[in-house]
Amino acid sequence: MNVGQCFHCDAPLPATVDHVAVVDGQQRSFCGPDCQQVAELIAKRGLTGFYQFRDGPTESAASRDTRTGRWASYDRAALQREFVTTDADGSKNAQLLLQGVRCAACSWLIENALGSTAGVQAVRVDPVTTRTSLSWNPRKVQLSELLQQLARLGYTPFPYTEDATEQAATVERRVALKRLILAGLGMMQVMSFAVALYMGAWRDAEIEEFLRLISLVVATPVVFYSGAPFFVGAWHRLRARSLGMDVPVALAIGGAWAASVWNTFTGGGEVYFDSATMFVFFLSAARFLEMAGRHRALSLTGALARHLPRVATRLVDGQLQEVGVIELRPGDRVLVQPGRAVPADGVLETTAAHVDESLLTGESRSIEKQCGETVVAGSIAQTEALQFTVTRVGADTVMAQIARLVGDAGSRKPKLVEVADRIAGYFVGAVLIAALIVGVIWWQLAPERAFEVVLAVLVVTCPCALALATPAAFTVASSALARAGFMVRRAGALQVLAQVTDVVFDKTGTLTSHAAGIESIQTTGELDEQACLSIAAALEAQSEHPLARAFPAPRQGLTAADVRAVPGAGLTGRVNGQVWRIGSLEFVTGPDVDAAAALGDEGEDARLVYLAGEAGVVAVFRIAEQLRDGSAAAVAALGGLGLRNRIASGDRAGPVKSLATRLGIERWRAGMKPDDKLAYVKALQDQNHIVAMLGDGINDSPVLAGADVSIAMGSGTSLAQHSADCVLMSTSLASLPAAISKARATMRVVRQNLAWAVGYNLVALPLAATGVLAPWMAALGMSASSLLVTANALRLGRRSQPTTTPGAGSESRHVDSTPREQAACCKKTAGVAAP
Amino acid sequence: MNIIFYLIPLGLVLLAVAVAAFFWAVRSGQFDDLETPAYRVLMDDDSKPPPDAD
Repeated sequence: MNVGQCFHCDAPLPATVDHVAVVDGQQRSFCGPDCQQVAELIAKRGLTGFYQFRDGPTESAASRDTRTGRWASYDRAALQREFVTTDADGSKNAQLLLQGVRCAACSWLIENALGSTAGVQAVRVDPVTTRTSLSWNPRKVQLSELLQQLARLGYTPFPYTEDATEQAATVERRVALKRLILAGLGMMQVMSFAVALYMGAWRDAEIEEFLRLISLVVATPVVFYSGAPFFVGAWHRLRARSLGMDVPVALAIGGAWAASVWNTFTGGGEVYFDSATMFVFFLSAARFLEMAGRHRALSLTGALARHLPRVATRLVDGQLQEVGVIELRPGDRVLVQPGRAVPADGVLETTAAHVDESLLTGESRSIEKQCGETVVAGSIAQTEALQFTVTRVGADTVMAQIARLVGDAGSRKPKLVEVADRIAGYFVGAVLIAALIVGVIWWQLAPERAFEVVLAVLVVTCPCALALATPAAFTVASSALARAGFMVRRAGALQVLAQVTDVVFDKTGTLTSHAAGIESIQTTGELDEQACLSIAAALEAQSEHPLARAFPAPRQGLTAADVRAVPGAGLTGRVNGQVWRIGSLEFVTGPDVDAAAALGDEGEDARLVYLAGEAGVVAVFRIAEQLRDGSAAAVAALGGLGLRNRIASGDRAGPVKSLATRLGIERWRAGMKPDDKLAYVKALQDQNHIVAMLGDGINDSPVLAGADVSIAMGSGTSLAQHSADCVLMSTSLASLPAAISKARATMRVVRQNLAWAVGYNLVALPLAATGVLAPWMAALGMSASSLLVTANALRLGRRSQPTTTPGAGSESRHVDSTPREQAACCKKTAGVAAP
Repeated sequence: MNIIFYLIPLGLVLLAVAVAAFFWAVRSGQFDDLETPAYRVLMDDDSKPPPDAD
């Protein structure tokens, strides 16, 4: 730890350090009493190893809430019903999420500190998901005491309930794993017997019969337990009067097994237990991979939902009341402490508050909200407590809607997948007919080999690129994009996005954000521009208002004292001994409005900021619209992808032209009404261009609807209202070129897979039909092909080039970082611990 | 060669034990998270809390 930093949380120490404690024999300084208490508690428990093992600063303990009353409500049975289970022996188990867990050192600390408490039976903390399983004996200790203890350690617990989809995913994964491993072990056994049989090591008929019997015993559970999904799938398909990939698979596995059983008991012919088990194993492996990709997409939805708190603080008649979030109703007034997540959508009552909406936008950044603005569930209160009136709860919240949209986009099939499905059906039909014909021919030529050849034909053909890999490619790609803040709402949008030739931007709110840059300064003549600017800069340096960012850094040596912010109006402060006011016209001048109004004629979309001294207004700053973060880079990147960028704006020609020049966009149109924009897009489409339209989503809806693929700039709140195909959740445009690259990559992978499937089948089918391939070779070839295309599709899930997550903060890590990255974080710790 | 009539069934019994053990492990959630437990072992520390700890 550096000198001058809090030993616990690394925050800078105040000028006079009042809080010190002895940790590991050394005197340490702390930023405040909270961090000191936590460190003392850790030292008292003999757990100072935590400070050696952790790999970064711990969250400041200042926001923790250790009041006994805060946790008392958790002892209520009604609240516990949601997340606590009772075992047969009377012990209870709670599922929690902990805030503040940064890496493995934290989980070690918690497990050791809590584990030594009387009455606690087991604690397990997963540092990646921060999921915690806590078992305790309710006769010896109450849950509220344990939660309070967690809070005293600096980790705020939240009850955790697994939602149904996630639960289903866990069950599905476990069953699939059992099937896969049984198939793997069984396959190895059967294979070893099969080698003995093939080599003819024992000419002894008795032993041969014995080996066949043993193979039968091992192969049967593999075929009927591990292979059950294929039979079930085939049955469903047949009942729906269609043919899927499962039909020939089930036919081949079932046929091979039945024929082998027959031959085992009659003692003639060949047995194919090895082929059947191998086929089941490799195909299960491919399905397992595909499932893993699907679950990764799901876990994003889960991350959204799980971030909502379960408990809220409600204000009733001036009294604070702890209630479950499910008890909240629209109209309730709710208080959110800093560091906590907002439990429902609502309208802010506090004059101003900073929130982090990273969960919605994928971008960890503090956003200022004014009184009357909407706060959305899942955003995190930053520096100050905020109070709001609930407008929407539960499934109506924006976050729940996003979660549903993600789920929907996954469940609705893109057109290409539908087509692939249909072709797969025809393909399977063709294979079945081919197998029949081949069987009949072989029956005439060499009846004893007919079954073997038919089996090989059924097994070797592989519609897996169609039936397995194409849907996987789409699912994995859209979930990777969603993680980067680009939400694909219509399933087919990716396909169109890959073919786009022209990108039409709206200007205001799309290429520009409403953040600021100073366009011009007008003075009354008392002071020159430079002097006004330095005074303003000195004042604004101490403000967090978005407009303040328009001002340059203050000059050295010039600082403002006694700065006081009046929310929604401006700042006052003392610079060079004089009191200055900066802000809106009414604020700086008070009654003396007319004199100042003469200075700045209200421009179209520029905002005016006035600076006044004791003698009156001295200057007015015209704050211009500023380019949205990453616009220039995004436009350049799109150009690099071979796309034509265009601007279609309703603004006057002047600003549009200057913007277009700045961004290097040659094709621009100004002064367009929505109808003109639509006509423009239609005209482009008539020239066989494929147009992507970017707009703010509400004003541009007709144009958006007319484009081939529409992309809306999403501010979480308006999400439900517009119907764009895709929504850019981050405030930066940078994820747009990334999305187009990803869409192209997706189509490339789909094409690669289809090409592979066609080539493979063209080679394999004749070989099988002519009897060159033994069934086991066919099983190997088909399985390898399946695995290849699925693995190829899953490549899309890898994180693409860094896109839009500048300084992804800890709050957003559920969404932003993969378990692997988290593990890498812990690896650093491990490196410290290892020697 | 009769020995294989005993050894192979014995092998199958071992296989059954292995499969049963694996199924138990899956059911008890040991395969749900395959990344973090690898680091957990490095974190363990034998330091015991002093006896006066509450």
